[in-house]
Amino acid sequence: MALNTLERERQRRERRTLAALLAPGLLWLTLFLALPLMIILAYSFMTNGPRGNIVWQFTLGNYIDLFTRSIYVNAYLRSIWISILTTLICLLLGYPLALFIVRQPPRWRTALLFLVLIPFWTNFLVRIYAWQILLANNGLINGALSSLGLPPLTLLNTEGATLLGLVYGELPFMVLPIYAALDRFDFTLMEAAADLGASKRRAFWRVMLPMTMPGVAAGSVLVFIPTIGQFVVSELLGGAKVDYLGNLIQRLFLRSNPPNWPLGSAMAMAMMLALLVLILVYFRATTEENR
Amino acid sequence: MIEATSPAAQSRPASRPALEQGRLTWGGLALTAYAVGIYLFLYLPIAILALFSFTRDQFGVRWTGFTLDWYVRLLANERLMGATVNTLYVALVSTFVATVLGTLLAMAMERYRFRGRTTVDTLIYLPIVIPEIVMAVALLAFSALAFDLIRLLTGETLRRSLTTVIIGHIAFSISFVVVVVRTSLKNFDRRLEEAAADLGANSWNVFWRVTFPLILPGVIGGALLAFTLSLDDFIISLFLSGPGTSLLPVEVYNKVRRAVTPEINAISTLMLVLSITLVVLSQSVQRKQ
Repeated sequence: MALNTLERERQRRERRTLAALLAPGLLWLTLFLALPLMIILAYSFMTNGPRGNIVWQFTLGNYIDLFTRSIYVNAYLRSIWISILTTLICLLLGYPLALFIVRQPPRWRTALLFLVLIPFWTNFLVRIYAWQILLANNGLINGALSSLGLPPLTLLNTEGATLLGLVYGELPFMVLPIYAALDRFDFTLMEAAADLGASKRRAFWRVMLPMTMPGVAAGSVLVFIPTIGQFVVSELLGGAKVDYLGNLIQRLFLRSNPPNWPLGSAMAMAMMLALLVLILVYFRATTEENR
Repeated sequence: MIEATSPAAQSRPASRPALEQGRLTWGGLALTAYAVGIYLFLYLPIAILALFSFTRDQFGVRWTGFTLDWYVRLLANERLMGATVNTLYVALVSTFVATVLGTLLAMAMERYRFRGRTTVDTLIYLPIVIPEIVMAVALLAFSALAFDLIRLLTGETLRRSLTTVIIGHIAFSISFVVVVVRTSLKNFDRRLEEAAADLGANSWNVFWRVTFPLILPGVIGGALLAFTLSLDDFIISLFLSGPGTSLLPVEVYNKVRRAVTPEINAISTLMLVLSITLVVLSQSVQRKQ
């Protein structure tokens, strides 16, 4: 009986501790993350007033506009397309680099990995801006071309520059998870495959790639997420010539006169939808691996 | 990135015989050349940016001789200096709050099983898996609505300010702190706490004398990450700062949209140096763990 009370007392104390640990952070995330997301979900079904005020009247019009009017559809498809392209290029560039790092002696490995980590910690805006110096009409590359007697090229303010900037910005996010997966990979399996008569290429496709798939999937998600929402790169390097979802959202919320928050919210929701599909694919890829 | 630098990953025995003995093959050589190329790709633009913060060229895009003028001008630019102070203030406050809240949450998630734990987990990972612009517009909509409500109830008119930016920065930094602190809690030997309790320490003492010192490197690592994220954050700062309150990345963005200037090269170089210092610090802290 006494033991029972003691146990109950202990349990009560535990619960109090848990509540104290959980409450502050949970409150913050609910109030300043979950609730705001609910609000824009609600706004996406509201009507925009003449002065850009929100009229509390239910409508599906924002979503209908989004999926029927060509400027919005194009921006949506363009964002998804450039995100897929960026992810694929980062994968093609990043996998061999991760492989290279993993094959170095340990003391080198740390330093090389560190060099990939630095850009992750450095200001994205600054790193994108650095390319303006290289690509500008009077910039470094064109300077080099003209000193060779070649005609200048239009490099800045093109869609190619946008893609370049995105790949440059997101590459580290692809390398790090793939490195982590390759670091856990047992390379003697490749020799085993070779002993069993598999060519290097076959061993890569059948053994190494499937076993490092969780890293590939994680890297792809980490690259895809910021790319689909970007608006800075297409503005600074692409010259804002074509609109991506991020550019439209930014404009509808901050620049348009009058603003259109309901439509902007619907776009943000549509972006989340594209991501949700991707993340489901990601979970399928990783759970298949664990089987 | 957290996985990649975890102590467990680094202390793995090197057991890749044939591949690691530096056999020179054409394939290996090509891979090395390739890696050198990628590292150049990653670093050349930044290096040139830094170099061109010292050029005399007024457009800042070619080398016409060495000068420190742009840095001197920077110090005299009150607007940029004000923005720098604001940015540091926001980063310090948001890092402090996010580190405290994040560490507590990490303890709860790592040590307890409770109903709704999965939901909390989802909430924690949300800022990492949603595009920042979505979070930014959500917080903007929330603040506008909250201000309307406050005006209705108290008659007081509030505007977006550094406080709204701080609130936003905390909301995304918490997640990153939780992730980093959780990894250090995972590597934690709980028998140390039991031993302390057996020796008569109460739970308060156990935490401050045993648990906290042992997870401190993780907490510092999380705090440094939160600090860097806040310093570098541009999107949430753009949406949540008011007209009168300028932050460094927003200032840089507004200037860069117009043209390249050597002054921007200079401030960018300083930001790069600061970030690199922070990453070196955080790596050395985590290595000690």
